[in-house]
Amino acid sequence: MATLTRAESPTPAAGPRPKAGAPDAAAPDAEAAASDPALTPDDRLALYRFLVQMRAIEERGVALYKQGKVPGSFYDGRGQEAISVGATFALGPDDVVCSPLIRDLGAHLVRGTDVTEILRHYMGRQNALSHGREGNVHFGDRARGVVGMVSMLPDMMVVAVGLAMAFRMRGERRVALSFFGDGATSRGDWHEAMNWAGVRKEPVVFVCENNGLAYSTPSDRQFVVGPAERAAGYGVASTTVDGNDVEAVHAAVHAARLRALAGDGPTLVEARTMRMHGHGAHDDQRYVDPELLASWTPKDPLTRYDARLTEQGVDTAAVRERVAAELEQAVTVALTAPLPDPAVATSDVFCAGEPATLGRGDAPWSFHSPEAAA
Amino acid sequence: MSTMTYLQAITDGLRTEMRQDERVFVLGEDVGAFGGAFKATAGLYDEFGADRVQDTPIAESAIIGASVGAALAGLRPVAEMQFSDFVACGFDQLVNVAGKMHYRTGLAVPMVLRLPTGGGFAGGPFHSQNPEAWFMHAPGLKVVAPSTPADAKGLLMSALRDPNPVCFLEHKNLYRRQKGEVPEGTHLEPFEARVVRAGEELTIVAYGAMVHAALAAADTFEPGRVEVLDLRSLVPLDEEAILASVRRTSKVLIVDEANETCAAGAQVAALVADRAFSDLDGPVRRIATPDVPIPFSPTLEASVLPTPDRIAEAARELLAY
Repeated sequence: MATLTRAESPTPAAGPRPKAGAPDAAAPDAEAAASDPALTPDDRLALYRFLVQMRAIEERGVALYKQGKVPGSFYDGRGQEAISVGATFALGPDDVVCSPLIRDLGAHLVRGTDVTEILRHYMGRQNALSHGREGNVHFGDRARGVVGMVSMLPDMMVVAVGLAMAFRMRGERRVALSFFGDGATSRGDWHEAMNWAGVRKEPVVFVCENNGLAYSTPSDRQFVVGPAERAAGYGVASTTVDGNDVEAVHAAVHAARLRALAGDGPTLVEARTMRMHGHGAHDDQRYVDPELLASWTPKDPLTRYDARLTEQGVDTAAVRERVAAELEQAVTVALTAPLPDPAVATSDVFCAGEPATLGRGDAPWSFHSPEAAA
Repeated sequence: MSTMTYLQAITDGLRTEMRQDERVFVLGEDVGAFGGAFKATAGLYDEFGADRVQDTPIAESAIIGASVGAALAGLRPVAEMQFSDFVACGFDQLVNVAGKMHYRTGLAVPMVLRLPTGGGFAGGPFHSQNPEAWFMHAPGLKVVAPSTPADAKGLLMSALRDPNPVCFLEHKNLYRRQKGEVPEGTHLEPFEARVVRAGEELTIVAYGAMVHAALAAADTFEPGRVEVLDLRSLVPLDEEAILASVRRTSKVLIVDEANETCAAGAQVAALVADRAFSDLDGPVRRIATPDVPIPFSPTLEASVLPTPDRIAEAARELLAY
């Protein structure tokens, strides 16, 4: 399990600079997967199911894009599924995700957003999430405490800090969780969010998905000191985990959440991973060394977790079959949805009534039960 | 009613709403014990404490972005930019995050962004701007600009109750120069224009500090000839009030203190040309600051900002047209 690096601890020296196209960590050792003792067999089954679901939806999404049924482009998180799934799984129902990014479909699935609605959204059809005004993974689900992302990264980290600030001011036991990539750490809003969260000790958890690439630009062209090391400079605790190990990610975010709830302030969880697809469906990422990609293939978060659960006696094939069947049903329904009424294009720029509040997300996981808390 | 300066009316509006709505809180640079660079939040820290009158890091993007987050959580943040010019540092959070939130996600962002604007006191290129057109061009933001103490309080309190992000442009040159009767307690003004001087032959459209320049210009003519329309709100723009006035007088002069190109007045001119063309008896005229940064030296600054003399001269020409 990951251990927290306290903010006041001496900063580890920056390691050797990575090669172009490489994350600043070697591919994780598949044998050294962490096991989170907080998880029950049911939790593990749920985690696996969400990983499978995210992979399946995105594979189907790419196919729909190539068939011309998804306008614009299509962005997926292949190889990074364990991060959004594991991190969001650690949240309580009143916590807010602000925001899942384009590699984080799993966060929406864990919070319980309807898959058919997501598919309608992808295809620009009538849907309750975005009404066709948005596309890609740019959606939220306010009823489930999920605020949709914007394309300017890491803007939503700052917004998450504001949410956390409100929770703290009202004395609520809630945290805000914000995802961002390694590339986002180059922008000023990253600095402003880290600094503000640190100085105010806001109950916020930052999850950095370090896949070594900002679109095509490798980390060594973006920064000298890694995100986790930089956190110490802001008084933000940090920890680095194997981002391809769903239980390791979960354990780190679970610990960070408890730390935030205890009033000890923000934590940055740096999850090291590899982006196995291009930035979007239009990008064949030929700029990435094929040998590097090959070295990450055995560390695939799904196959690794599949192997572990199979070893524990879980019928993983049955899970995959059920997810596939449900997805086909959802696609069939989504494809019958009409396109939006053009009047939707010019309505709702302003709120005319009482603001809708953020709702509660799904979080029925065992460790949120009163017994587990005790 | 009590007599207050424009600045005191802003403080009074904040205090009044903070006393009756505990969701309302203030944040910004030096707004706490110091009371703000212009003292707009003077006394609030002592009354409401550090959580509701928050000094922030010098980080405009975080001030606006954190306000968005707090608004999403159900609070009613009032963020102060120390000078409106500094909003450029937080522009992305304002136009991309706050402005588009409701349209994209259905989540409202009830927040007020207070922006001390305007020149006339040797503030130079970074402390004198009138950036309202930036916000007008960004969907999802309301934009209001009071010219009197009563409107400063009334529009501010309405902004605090609006479920959308509202850019509240308070003109620095009016802070202590404008004094007037202000209603006590809750005072709400609609985001609509108002005729502040009735006239029959020419409409001068203005807002903010330029309302007073327009009134001074109107005073140089016989009473009843020149009408002055105070827009008060730029988004929403009170199109019907503008058209009604212009149709009555048949001539229009539009004044902006902002840089000329694509200013609020350009939108008013386009509206009049489009929908009141057949009612006009003369060309649509505009007076604005030329497209230059606001220079420091008082001589230079006075040479670019619209003045009552320049407005009166243009009015004279139009009346004679």
